[in-house]
Amino acid sequence: MNLRVLKRNIPFAATAVVCVLLYVFGAVQFYDENFFSLRVFINFFYDNAFLGIAAIGMTFVILSGGIDLSVGGVVGLVSVLLAILMENHGAPPVIAIPLVLLLGAGLGTVMGVFVHYFALPAFLVTLAGMFFARGMALVLQYESVPITKHVDSINSTLSLPLGSGLQLPSSALIYLGAFVLALWLAHFTRFGRNVYAVGGNEQSATLMGLPVARTRVGVYTLSGFCAALAGVTYSLYTSSGNPNAGMGLELDAIAAAVIGGTLLSGGVGYLAGTFVGVLIFGIIQTTIIFQGTLSSWWTKIVVGGLLLLFILLQKGIQAKKLRPKN
Amino acid sequence: MSDPTHLPLLQLRGISKSFPGVKALAEVDFTVRRGEVHALMGENGAGKSTLIKVLTGVYQRDGGSALFDAHDINPKTPQDAQRIGISTVYQEVNLIPHLSVAENICLGRQRSKFGFLNWREIRRRAEKAMARLGIAVDVAETVANCSIAIQQLVAIARALDIDAKLLILDEPTSSLDEKEVERLFGVMRKLKDEGLGIVFVTHFLDQVYAVSDRITVLRNGNFVGEYEAASLPRIELISKMMGKELSEADFKAADRKEHQRGETPLLHLENVGRRGSLKPLNLEIFEGEVLGLSGLLGSGRTETARLLFGVDQPDSGTTRLDGNPIKLKSPRQAMERKFGFCPEDRKTEAIIPNLSVRENIVLALQVNQGWMRYVSRAKQNELADKFIKALNIKTPHAEQPIRLLSGGNQQKVILARWLASHPRLLILDEPTRGIDVGAKLEIEKLVASLAGEGMAILFISSDLEEMVRNSHRVVVLRDRKKVCELQGGEISESAIMHAIAKAES
Ligand SMILES: Nc1ncnc2c1ncn2[C@@H]1O[C@H](COP(=O)(O)OP(=O)(O)OP(=O)(O)O)[C@@H](O)[C@H]1O
Ligand SMILES: [Mg+2]
Repeated sequence: MNLRVLKRNIPFAATAVVCVLLYVFGAVQFYDENFFSLRVFINFFYDNAFLGIAAIGMTFVILSGGIDLSVGGVVGLVSVLLAILMENHGAPPVIAIPLVLLLGAGLGTVMGVFVHYFALPAFLVTLAGMFFARGMALVLQYESVPITKHVDSINSTLSLPLGSGLQLPSSALIYLGAFVLALWLAHFTRFGRNVYAVGGNEQSATLMGLPVARTRVGVYTLSGFCAALAGVTYSLYTSSGNPNAGMGLELDAIAAAVIGGTLLSGGVGYLAGTFVGVLIFGIIQTTIIFQGTLSSWWTKIVVGGLLLLFILLQKGIQAKKLRPKN
Repeated sequence: MSDPTHLPLLQLRGISKSFPGVKALAEVDFTVRRGEVHALMGENGAGKSTLIKVLTGVYQRDGGSALFDAHDINPKTPQDAQRIGISTVYQEVNLIPHLSVAENICLGRQRSKFGFLNWREIRRRAEKAMARLGIAVDVAETVANCSIAIQQLVAIARALDIDAKLLILDEPTSSLDEKEVERLFGVMRKLKDEGLGIVFVTHFLDQVYAVSDRITVLRNGNFVGEYEAASLPRIELISKMMGKELSEADFKAADRKEHQRGETPLLHLENVGRRGSLKPLNLEIFEGEVLGLSGLLGSGRTETARLLFGVDQPDSGTTRLDGNPIKLKSPRQAMERKFGFCPEDRKTEAIIPNLSVRENIVLALQVNQGWMRYVSRAKQNELADKFIKALNIKTPHAEQPIRLLSGGNQQKVILARWLASHPRLLILDEPTRGIDVGAKLEIEKLVASLAGEGMAILFISSDLEEMVRNSHRVVVLRDRKKVCELQGGEISESAIMHAIAKAES
């Protein structure tokens, strides 16, 4: 029994091992520069919070057998809207933030409805969603504008002091909070389990009497919400409303999920894997910054290599596992 | 009659349902009372599964009315049907392969505690549900790793796990062995006494008479009649299903003819085994002979077939083909040597759902010939038409995607695929699973005539009657070991049963 559980978790374990190795590599290589410190560790989450939040939503979508390409566009739209609402219209954050979150979720719902009820391919529907959101963002505001009001006060209220001058910044806090909630949702609610079921075999899920429509639409709504939350986090992190924010974020999010062991075919994967996947992004980025001479685009190249590696690994495991025994 | 308790539990009147090119149901009536087991009978493609799917909201009916528990109902989804108290096991096992047995049983009805799913309760509930069917299985196991029999039992356990008023079982026993069937019947009888209505579909007539109180017969989507099981002789039931008068003589096993088998075996296994799946065994298969492989589920029958066909590789012993040692590394190599294998699990291993009936039939033949030598379209059409007729495959035309055929008719197409490829050795693993009585007889004739033409056939079946009728020689397996071999006149149901039982003590 234990052996089997271990076997099932090989992809996740491999990701975790790679993550630790990368971390140890950085810690040894840049020992003098204090790579191995709490401050740097916190930065992994701080700098990638919006990627992490978007990846949470993405993981649910992929688990359900779908894909959401609109994530980056929604981040841009939300970021711009937040700036306009708070700067130009003087809306207080307690109104502006829930409003944009609602908008993101609503956009997700609409896409989910198209995917489910009109049986359109998720790839195309969310591609349309991406163009719509990004276009809308650029129409509203051609270039990045600073947000001066409220941001500092939000950032300071939401941060968690850790003693000795260190603190967990707001975006990291939002990310970690979202992650804990997502874990609960995926593993301890009916909705979460239904997501796995729908992604595992939709026809069976229907015949088993599971609420397939509600689950599918819910998943896109959740992803839209996460994208919007990522947009809010982005604005808080950069103190700006940027229509080009989150360019290509959806692809990073997909990569993080896949590196974390989630199968693109749906039904298999863990949020914890995605979490580690995002962490790997952060470690690679930080390592490259510490190295100093390499361009930050090397992050993409390393991620590309890892992605290939993990896909091959999964393929191997699948081929082994799909042999039924009597 | 206005008192609802006097109404039958379920009253379907004039139900119609059409698919493009097919009238699946034409004004069908169906009535189920409380506290009865009601068998729904008919040939492959008669409309049984369609009726069940219309009743449970998978399809919407074109016409007719449905009265359930004194209310008009019109469920739009299986979920609606479940909510009003109809619990269903559909014909093809429908589970989520990557989730555990426990989750598959409880999905959608898990209980929560303080906002968290109670995993311990899920586990316990699943264990209880499986224990009720007498199955000791680790409920943490992933369903994809379980045998089809266990999967079928999991689906049944799931259906039994809710408080239903009507339980529908569409061929629930097709992969089960006798013990498991008996246990299921025990549970059904108990539920019946508690006042549940149970709908039972099967092609095993013994099972129909063992549990059913009444029988409704469909033919070609039409309602034929409703009968008391006790007063409908078996032969009459078959006549009603087939739509023609039959006599006992039609069902007598043809006298086992002296068959001409080759001198040296086509295939000779010496101490061939595989750790964990089959103990080393000796086996000879001759041309022109039907060799039966009998034993309980999990006794090693399918494992033997998989070794022969190169799906798994043996780790001991030698295999000789025409006297020469061979080692098969893949099914492809087996096919190059003109072996054919009709597997037990058609849904995942055999059908290509979106290809047409014709394409599915010529598939193996095409592979055998190599892709360079294309089987001409005229030849394809001819083959397809030939087998559609020979096996009485119910389809509007040869170009229908196979996934739209009824379960039994899909099985016939798979069988046709292997028969058409004309192999030297044909392995048939439960070939008549889900196939109606009439077609079974046709298939038996076909198998006999193929053997007569010199084909070697390895026949695997849980149906002892069928085993005895078909085989020239029977090898009995138990616990992944060969325990005995019966020849010619020695072959009988009791002899096989005895062999299985004797080994037990
Ligand atoms: N979705 C569909 N589209 C088109 N035709 C269909 C569809 N579903 C069923 N049919 C056709 O309807 C007829 C009845 O099929 P059904 O599955 O109800 O038969 P059945 O009585 O359950 O047979 P079996 O014993 O083989 O399971 C068949 O001719 C089948 O080909
Ligand atoms: Mg059927």
